[in-house]
Amino acid sequence: MTAAITVDGLEVIFDRFRALKGVSLEVRSGESFGLVGESGSGKSTLLRAIAGLAPVASGSITVNGKTLGARRDKAFYREVQMVFQDPYGSLHPRQTVDRLLQEPLAIHGFADGEKRIERALDEVGLGNGFRFRYAHQLSGGQRQRVAIARALILEPSILLLDEPTSALDASVQAEVLNLLEEVRRRRKLTFLMVSHDLAIITHMCERLMVMQGGEAVENLTAAQLVAHRVAEDYTRNLLRASEGFVRA
Amino acid sequence: MSGTLLEVDDLRVDFPTRTGLVQAVRGVSFTLGRERLGIVGESGSGKSQTGRAVMGLTPPQARISARKLAFDGIDLLGISPRQRRALRGNRIAMILQDPKYSLDPVMSIGRQIVETLRTHEKVSKAEARERALAMLEAVQIRDPKRVFDLHPHEVSGGMGQRAMIAMMLIAGPEMMIADEPTSALDVTVQLDVLGILDKLVSDRGMGLIFISHDLRLVSSFCDRVIVMYAGKVVEQLKASELGQAQHPYTRGLLNCMPRIGFERHPLPVLDRKPEWAA
Repeated sequence: MTAAITVDGLEVIFDRFRALKGVSLEVRSGESFGLVGESGSGKSTLLRAIAGLAPVASGSITVNGKTLGARRDKAFYREVQMVFQDPYGSLHPRQTVDRLLQEPLAIHGFADGEKRIERALDEVGLGNGFRFRYAHQLSGGQRQRVAIARALILEPSILLLDEPTSALDASVQAEVLNLLEEVRRRRKLTFLMVSHDLAIITHMCERLMVMQGGEAVENLTAAQLVAHRVAEDYTRNLLRASEGFVRA
Repeated sequence: MSGTLLEVDDLRVDFPTRTGLVQAVRGVSFTLGRERLGIVGESGSGKSQTGRAVMGLTPPQARISARKLAFDGIDLLGISPRQRRALRGNRIAMILQDPKYSLDPVMSIGRQIVETLRTHEKVSKAEARERALAMLEAVQIRDPKRVFDLHPHEVSGGMGQRAMIAMMLIAGPEMMIADEPTSALDVTVQLDVLGILDKLVSDRGMGLIFISHDLRLVSSFCDRVIVMYAGKVVEQLKASELGQAQHPYTRGLLNCMPRIGFERHPLPVLDRKPEWAA
């Protein structure tokens, strides 16, 4: 299996704050990989650095065999798309769904926009009836479906998912997670997914990396985590916390 | 578990809008003793509006009606706004979801706690400060003297939420409403905050209403759970008997979350029936 994403010794520095302190990672092609940790652990920064949204100080990022420079070209965004956490903030409030989905198509010069929009909406389970609505006319789950449709419309091979369901109700979360699994299976996508919820990561991913304070704590397979075969205390704490409240 | 603190009978909250009447709460009834009661539901189920109606924080354009809404025998809908205000913060307190938005950003944490105390009790400045520091210590803030002078943006989410709990408990309320008190926090911090809340509530013998969308969390924390759907109570049960829940909505909420060690692909989703809302 070839590597879809290779990150080597990545440092991200905001002013004087080192958000990532030399993190390395390899995501194989077609695999679903999870990043877990509490807020401030650098998991989202790692994802944003890959997408070109964080200032990289040193280290290298290689995507599908190509080492990335400081700027991302158009070809990169045809391969890699991102879904953000907050569906209330990531859709333009004054654009219809149709307009939102046309934007990436126009940027990349696709001619068959009409057909692609119909197909993308269909794929995420929103009919054509949603095409001319605005974001505020949609529920949180429907908005996240639009965000997923927007990411899929360029037919990328890699999806970066930053807490895609943490703003949603539990029941809607299940629907969105099922949708993500289904499109991954159908399109043979590679996922790199960030979440603070261990249960979601073990459900969605085969392998994962636990992060704390801008560093990697340990690399695990989902099966090891389920069997509680973890080496670090930090991971054990996270596992205990995910089991709910226990009266002392 | 003796003595009823709160009686709610047929509570309704309606919002008149341009497109007609929105019924947020449609006939909710329950009683609360000195216990931990969870209210669970999805967004839009009316769980927060129920809590706000008890607290007296419903927006002015809304219409509230109830056959009975009584706290310790006081008819909450019959008393004046002034009397209601005297209850709020003193005998009934509320913890909100996100300390980033619900603490005053331009006032130090200590001053906010002192303000609450001096609104409800006649105490000297020096004594108020002492009690605020003691309260910060009670919510397990390690260096209360330092935190006293910090502003909300200078502390973490977990610390802010502890400060809010301290502020709510300083006047010694008999009933507390916690509306998603830990949803904005990390899982590990979440448990710390719940532990503190649990200890204080049981030590002081308070009544607690815990509002959340997380059925599992609520059932591990509360004695009793009310499940709401579309403004109505669909099921009331003991937290320990959650496994024997009857209503398909409750069962759906329990089943739809991924759990470590239970592989289910795809996850079961809720199949909403129109008759649940009827």
